[in-house]
Amino acid sequence: MRVALFITCVNDTLFPDTGKAVVSLLRRLGCDVDFPQAQTCCGQMHVNTGYRAEGVRLARHFAEVFDGYDAVVAPSGSCAAMVREQYPRLGVQAPPVHDLSEFLVDVLEVEDVGAYFPHRVTYHPTCHSLRGLHLGDRPTRLLRHVRGLELVPLEGADECCGFGGTFAIKNPAISAAMCSDKVRNVLDTGAEVLCAADNSCLMHIGGTLRRQKTGVRVMHLAEILDAR
Amino acid sequence: MSVFIGMPGDFPANSAKAVQNSQLRFNLRKATHTIRGKRATVVGELPDWAELRAAGKAIKDHTLRHLDRYLVQLEEAVQRAGGQVHWARDAAEANRIVTDLVRQTGETEVVKVKSMATQEIGLNEHLAEHGITAYETDLAELIVQLGDDFPSHILVPAIHRNRSEIREIFLAKMGDAPADLTDEPAALAEAARLHLRERFLRSKVAISGANFMIAETGTCVVLESEGNGRMCLTLPETLISVVGIEKLLPTWRDLEVFLQLLPRSSTGERMNPYTSTWTGSTEGQTFHLVLLDNGRTNVLADEVGRQALRCIRCSACLNVCPVYERAGGHAYGSVYPGPIGAILTPQLRGLGSDLDASLPYASTLCGACFEVCPVAIDIPEVLVDLRAKVAHPRAERAGMRVAGWVLAKEVRLAKAQRLASRFRKLVPKRLPGPLSAWTDTRDLPDIPKESFREWWARNERA
Ligand code: SF4
Repeated sequence: MRVALFITCVNDTLFPDTGKAVVSLLRRLGCDVDFPQAQTCCGQMHVNTGYRAEGVRLARHFAEVFDGYDAVVAPSGSCAAMVREQYPRLGVQAPPVHDLSEFLVDVLEVEDVGAYFPHRVTYHPTCHSLRGLHLGDRPTRLLRHVRGLELVPLEGADECCGFGGTFAIKNPAISAAMCSDKVRNVLDTGAEVLCAADNSCLMHIGGTLRRQKTGVRVMHLAEILDAR
Repeated sequence: MSVFIGMPGDFPANSAKAVQNSQLRFNLRKATHTIRGKRATVVGELPDWAELRAAGKAIKDHTLRHLDRYLVQLEEAVQRAGGQVHWARDAAEANRIVTDLVRQTGETEVVKVKSMATQEIGLNEHLAEHGITAYETDLAELIVQLGDDFPSHILVPAIHRNRSEIREIFLAKMGDAPADLTDEPAALAEAARLHLRERFLRSKVAISGANFMIAETGTCVVLESEGNGRMCLTLPETLISVVGIEKLLPTWRDLEVFLQLLPRSSTGERMNPYTSTWTGSTEGQTFHLVLLDNGRTNVLADEVGRQALRCIRCSACLNVCPVYERAGGHAYGSVYPGPIGAILTPQLRGLGSDLDASLPYASTLCGACFEVCPVAIDIPEVLVDLRAKVAHPRAERAGMRVAGWVLAKEVRLAKAQRLASRFRKLVPKRLPGPLSAWTDTRDLPDIPKESFREWWARNERA
């Protein structure tokens, strides 16, 4: 299967390791992976902050770049949700974008990707994966098949971490308050690693975990699934 | 107590103060989480909740589409039943109508049933200016009124108060409160009951809102949980109801859907304790219905924003909103706080003030509000739509324009990435300007040596 990777501008620039993990994982599962190099950004930041004209321009570019692929895989719930939910409203034809876990479980029909990761992990589902894409338990089903991994439940998992793109800058006090509650719940689990399928949320929670010198690491789902 | 409109500041500033208040944070968290849990349980009991929700949405949409027709039908039905109908274009007109009606009775005191519409127009304050005292009879509203305070929740206006605070307010402001009043909920409720009973028996004029109006029969419907509203609705000689024009339902049959949706969404109860209906003037009572527009027809004209008029004020969206939970209702500077307030208030009032322009941003777009809304208002969709209409700050506009330019072409993005990684060691730990909001509480991620696209190019070439 010919799969196009939408790596997202945030991952491309700040978290290339996530992208590399996705490539390695999909190749291992027999996919023919392509990275259309003309890709940039889905337009989420612009649209969600109220810059519709710029957002639509980026969305049109996106649609052009990914035109003609059987499947587009993105390691970001919120960017996948942006394309699927908002493109139709913006009058842009949406390419068939899947979040990584959706693609693995629904399209490739695998839950055991053969990973080995002997650590105590807790999972934060992230709002757009949860309520935008309705990923349900797909990510945790994948994690449960990882050998050596102990998955511990996260209290208040479905509550927003307070990132919200530019919200974190426009409403810093509320954003920080939400994040410190999230961090408290993460610490209560006793996990070594906080996992999610969206690096933006992890950047926000991870940045707070680091500032507070907690020693808890954050990792993208793809990186855990690619661990051997 | 002054009118809520025109509160200074904006949402970020107001809420930044609120998050510092640990008592407020505790009260809000406890109250919203309790009711959130109750709602989830009783909603989970209904196998056809999704269908009910779709029905609620469809009925409201249909009514709004034919609002002109149904309003005329309602007016005729009310008049046929001996009631009088008054049309109010805005707050000033509604206040004048109500004040004149009260004056005609010669009374200087009125009792009130909890009503958002009258708060929206600042009726109590207007009446006070004309020598008429309005007494709130809903327990929570009474607490807010006695405490010279503003409501901070649609359904639980005193949600920000705990019981010891309430006891203090009663002792200080409620003339007939027993001196040995404890902070037991039962004792507080009893004190309020005795206080209010006196009022009910004395009052000749009452002012109410309505949760629903039935076009076909001209019936008004109020749902409440204490029974105080029913006393107000039945005892006084004159009843004046101020109702927003969007509260209409075409027929009695439609009500059935909402009598299931509303109590489960709002109080987490299967059925509402007191549901009162009245049609026109009944024996010994004169009835006036004041139909309030106050910006609603403008909202109706907006293709995306009009869905806010489906709202049945259940407050489920407030109770799940993580932003409301930390900011509290006052930060929204409106009688409609929380997610619904963030989309309704700026639509009713316009985006002119700093506060109203900041409200569409008072959300992370997490979608929890949309998920619980019993009439499926896609609040995030409306928020994003409103954000596109707000005048943006200049620095932000410049920044977003640059970002848009860089992201428009992959070569520009690649160049920016190379630049960032070249100077990765020079990125300061604390960022300047508006970006300092990020580094105040969080560490920035390290900028990688190589972007993904560079890695790909290098590997694919090899
Ligand atoms: S927007 Fe929906 S959830 Fe919020 S108060 Fe209105 S009806 Fe209830």
